[in-house]
Amino acid sequence: MITTTSKYNIALERYHKKIADAAVEDMVLNMGPQHPSTHGVLRLELITDGEIVKEVIPHIGYLHRCFEKHAESLTYQQTIPFTDRMDYLASMNNSHAWVMGVERMLGIDKDIPKRIEYIRVLVCELNRIASHLIAIGTYGIDIGAFTPFLWCFRDREHIMGMLEWASGSRMLYNYIWVGGLFYDLPVGFEERCREFVDYFRPKMVELNRLLTDNQIFISRTANVGVLPLDVAINYGCSGPVLRGSGLKYDLRRIDNYSAYPELEFDVPIGTGKMGTVGDCWDRYKVRVDEIDESLKIIGQCLDRLQKELKRTPDFDPRAKLPRKLTPKPQDYYIRAEGTKGELGFYFIHDSDRKEIPFRVKSRGPSFCNLSVLEELGKGVMIADLIATIGSLDFVLGEVDR
Amino acid sequence: MTIDEIKSLLTEKFGEGIVTGEERTGMQPALLIDADRIADVCLELRNNPGTYFDFLSCLSGVDYGVEAGRFGVVYHLSSIPYNLKLVLKISKANDRNLEELPSFPSITSVYRAADWHEREAYDMLGIYFEGHPDLRRLLMPDDWEGFPLRKDYANAEYYKGIKID
Repeated sequence: MITTTSKYNIALERYHKKIADAAVEDMVLNMGPQHPSTHGVLRLELITDGEIVKEVIPHIGYLHRCFEKHAESLTYQQTIPFTDRMDYLASMNNSHAWVMGVERMLGIDKDIPKRIEYIRVLVCELNRIASHLIAIGTYGIDIGAFTPFLWCFRDREHIMGMLEWASGSRMLYNYIWVGGLFYDLPVGFEERCREFVDYFRPKMVELNRLLTDNQIFISRTANVGVLPLDVAINYGCSGPVLRGSGLKYDLRRIDNYSAYPELEFDVPIGTGKMGTVGDCWDRYKVRVDEIDESLKIIGQCLDRLQKELKRTPDFDPRAKLPRKLTPKPQDYYIRAEGTKGELGFYFIHDSDRKEIPFRVKSRGPSFCNLSVLEELGKGVMIADLIATIGSLDFVLGEVDR
Repeated sequence: MTIDEIKSLLTEKFGEGIVTGEERTGMQPALLIDADRIADVCLELRNNPGTYFDFLSCLSGVDYGVEAGRFGVVYHLSSIPYNLKLVLKISKANDRNLEELPSFPSITSVYRAADWHEREAYDMLGIYFEGHPDLRRLLMPDDWEGFPLRKDYANAEYYKGIKID
């Protein structure tokens, strides 16, 4: 055990002293871990002066489930269900990133049939819409609009139903496997998906009328929580948070992985239309625009899946599944665009006889996006802090892993 | 800019000893850097107009095993303007004495993203980062004993005097 006087405890003592001092001078306010607007089990310790937040100290780890420790004792295939539980709102995207990394280490990433790649992109984009719908709906609740939340959940339910049809599970799918898929899409999935796209487009117009262009919502979010671009990059922010600050940076375009190079879509960025570039409204708007782009991608995937990549009776989605997942000894860092940003896995594999990795590190996009809150929370009103938290859209399952 | 150009750029600026080796077998080649000067190297790579490695993708602490007796840190940098990626590795021998943790310079002054990553590495592997502004445990509780991701970590039998079954 480390003795209390060692230099390794200095920071902890300094922290205790800071809180003790603040309790005399200012007020220490605990927000969370069960506070609804912290979107999960996040605890924020606020040092406040009246309504003004002087400092935010985030405490995380309440949902730590030892992902990296588990991954060190399980084979690559067995870890896929654990990746689903990282960002549980977008499980498909997590397992897609993991599986791509393992396939590249095995050297089979070029052999994956096109149909499988397109199905992967299709389910990932469906999942991205579901995740953004939650972000939008719960953000409405944070600001005080209850109806959009119900609308978003109503529409998300269709996606949940479709993905359940494909994989057998509502949220934690374990659908994308190394070298293929768990099953092919069920018969009639493409048609059902098209029906959903046709149904969903007008719903987004309705939602925009209700929330995006709502004057009360704009007043609460525009010019609030402004994140300058240089700060965002320095803090390692990615995904809609970085794009909200005005940088066209999307790994689907930068790295061109999977079927994305063959697909047409734009990368929406924050423009400061209602206030300043990088404010809460911009980050929110990027997500709304990304839903439209995802719908475009889904349409193109369906076109190809129904024409040249049609399902055939002898198509086996597990045909390329390796018998043993034993990559050569190497390090590999895979990054992919999750719904929240750059989702990375760093593998160290040390022996070509072993099926389990030596070390796995996961880089959750929410983890880095959340760390910028300390910077954004300085000197704002408590109510504005709530608006900022919601606009960052993190999932604690991914922050804590 | 290729990895050779980056290597010569670094040796030009810091002298011969800065790059202690390289790994080229895998798909992502890595430069092994002199552990004590990693913060300067990162600062140079971030500010040099030829590289602009402005984005810290990932920072991973690694325990290389009981026999190897080494601890290391792996940095994945990426450059948004030039669309480059770079892997830097540093490591040090350590005998796993908990009074004397492996210690590396902190790069929080260069990338604020490293703040929480370094706290996580300290929390999970017991790697100390000198110059970090607030090196407390991040994911585990403050009174946790031991470092869970170390290869020799044994589960605790008691928690505050209560037997764990």
